[in-house]
Amino acid sequence: MAGNGQSIYMDYAATTPVDPRVVEAMMPYFTERFGNPSSIHTFGREASRAVQAARETVAGILNCKPGEIVFTSCGTESDNLALRGATLENGRRHIVTSPVEHHAVSRTAEILHAHLGYGLTVVPVDAYGMVDPADVADALRDDTALVSIMYANNEVGTIQPIAEIAAVAHARGARFHTDAVQAAGQLPLDVAALGVDMLAISAHKFYGPKGVGALYVREGVRLVPSQSGGGQEGGRRGGTTNVALIVGLAKALEIAYAEREAHVARYRQLRDRLIEGVRARVPDAQLTGHPEQRLPNSASFALRGVDGNALLMHLDLKGIAASSGSACLVGTPEPSEVLMAMGLPPAWALGGLRLTVGRHTTDAEVDAVLDVLSDAVARVRALAAA
Amino acid sequence: MGTGSTRVVVAMSGGVDSSAAAGLLVERGYDVIGLMMRLWTEDDGCGGRHNRCCTPDQMADARRVADRLGIPFYVVDMRATFKASVVDPFIDAYAAGLTPNPCLNCNRHIRFGALLKQAQAMDAAYLATGHYARIRQSEDGAYQLLKGLDPAKDQSYVLSVMTQRQLAQVLFPAGDYTKEHIRQIAADLGLHIARKPESQDLCFLADGDYRGFLARHAPGSATPGPIVNTQGERLGTHTGLPHYTVGQRKGLGLSAPTPLYVVGADVAANTLIVGARDVLGRDALVARHVNWVAGAPPDGPVRAGVKIRYRARETAATVTPDGATTARVKFDAPLRDITPGQAAVFYQGDVCLGGGVIARQPA
Repeated sequence: MAGNGQSIYMDYAATTPVDPRVVEAMMPYFTERFGNPSSIHTFGREASRAVQAARETVAGILNCKPGEIVFTSCGTESDNLALRGATLENGRRHIVTSPVEHHAVSRTAEILHAHLGYGLTVVPVDAYGMVDPADVADALRDDTALVSIMYANNEVGTIQPIAEIAAVAHARGARFHTDAVQAAGQLPLDVAALGVDMLAISAHKFYGPKGVGALYVREGVRLVPSQSGGGQEGGRRGGTTNVALIVGLAKALEIAYAEREAHVARYRQLRDRLIEGVRARVPDAQLTGHPEQRLPNSASFALRGVDGNALLMHLDLKGIAASSGSACLVGTPEPSEVLMAMGLPPAWALGGLRLTVGRHTTDAEVDAVLDVLSDAVARVRALAAA
Repeated sequence: MGTGSTRVVVAMSGGVDSSAAAGLLVERGYDVIGLMMRLWTEDDGCGGRHNRCCTPDQMADARRVADRLGIPFYVVDMRATFKASVVDPFIDAYAAGLTPNPCLNCNRHIRFGALLKQAQAMDAAYLATGHYARIRQSEDGAYQLLKGLDPAKDQSYVLSVMTQRQLAQVLFPAGDYTKEHIRQIAADLGLHIARKPESQDLCFLADGDYRGFLARHAPGSATPGPIVNTQGERLGTHTGLPHYTVGQRKGLGLSAPTPLYVVGADVAANTLIVGARDVLGRDALVARHVNWVAGAPPDGPVRAGVKIRYRARETAATVTPDGATTARVKFDAPLRDITPGQAAVFYQGDVCLGGGVIARQPA
């Protein structure tokens, strides 16, 4: 690391380190317990038991039946399976979504619209990036197959009124899917209380390994598999079962929800310290996303006249890992689609900054970030003005 | 890297010259940061057509070199500035019947303009590039721009736009070596690009096809019109003035008892003028937008070797400054390919005195 050698990770929304307890739980399934759960023999049965135990653990936290959990390779695959699977199966021809969805949802909906002729309605969001259930109700048609609205936004942290939107969708006979990838680990995942038909999660966001996700699919919701093959995962997702990573996902989720309250309380404290510090020390910075209904670990800002990527480079040189909040191509300053949908002018929408805290974040790290940030912002602004 | 060492930003392209330059600076103990400029993207909508520079492969090469050298690496977006200060003038120049060299504009406005500012904002003392040229500080403190040690690779021609202020803040580590030596240095550092072939094409042109580029970006810049001889007699039809350059003989589609060459154009009349070889020779030119590297023109006429194209040989001439930014060049012997829009660059031995843009000649 350049500079004074410090290295501060403030990008827990991008990914998290794997909990050592999770690593330990996974290890045997790479080596001595290597069996294929589809095999009849002892090795297969041993692996099958581990996957079943993992399924039961996940189902316990989601408050659903084990058979309602489909393991996938990531959050994006879970979203694809939900959108493609539920619409292709359904005779209905219309999808409703929001402009602040992760690309895993928005791009998939656009493909269904452009290539398979599904109607697509994108409901607006308010200045906080929040969807109004009444707008969803207005968008619904008799042939609406699916409503897909994310649980919490990855860029600005806004938490959507999922339960209300699900009820609105169900009133017109439409299915409701939520991308809970960013919410998992921090917000309750009780699918009965949320009233959702499908819900997507990804292990690496809650201190589990990359390369494994899950989709909750309510019993009775039929899916056309988006990855067809063998009969794994109840015929809903073909491909050799990834035993070790599935064990890791379940262990990570178990730990995250056993310890959730303590972690979340700490995240809030750190997040609010960041927000107050930025407000006090960085001129022309505004909090993006909802002031209260937001992820406990996420502080996000729009900075007038700042190229977000240039800012990240300057922060990295000082040893600080942050994000502009969007999954944009490296070195390509495009205004954030999410910030634009929230009505921010382009001069502000280029300057997204997302600081997300996690289990290992300290007060001292927050203070060190605040010390560096105002200088870095001033430099980037001066450069743009030159 | 220790906290006290001097910081240098290296403009990395993924090629061997800038990679070796970065490696040399790391070996010398500098605190090195690699930057790659994203200058231009042309998209056909399906991830097709790429220009030669800043492609995903080039980016991956530069990133891999930076990893190998253990230095931070970032991509900075300069597409808007590049379009406004390099590509648009390039198109305009063709439309005005000139044959531009965009590399000089790029060095003036992008590399030693916007990128140098970036480097300074990152607390770097120097910006380094992989150019084959040398910088020498004379005893009175003034900076001189010298040809690269390898005469076959010398790039001082495209650096003739540099000012004293820029030279004070720039390093050319490759300039002290031959190309072969630079490849060896890259190989010794374990850089995977050590034997990567190089391209002479303009960086933002896919396949070096400037005609296709103009057709895409400046439709209407190439309109067919008459070809006439120096007496004004019509001999044929050209496909558009930007497709021809002074001295060109091939591709005119004319049959004549003696070979005919492009000698000029009447842009207002969209007419290409051709003539016999002896009409082509000229022994004088006027250079405008002249940059004198020393910061001011010489007091009077100077003897110099003058290059009228990047790869041209030097020709002995007398260069007479006319004000701060114009120079009149009188060659000892006539040249056949003096091309308006190209740079005329003046040398005394290894020292680059400066240069300017060749003005259109009176018909």
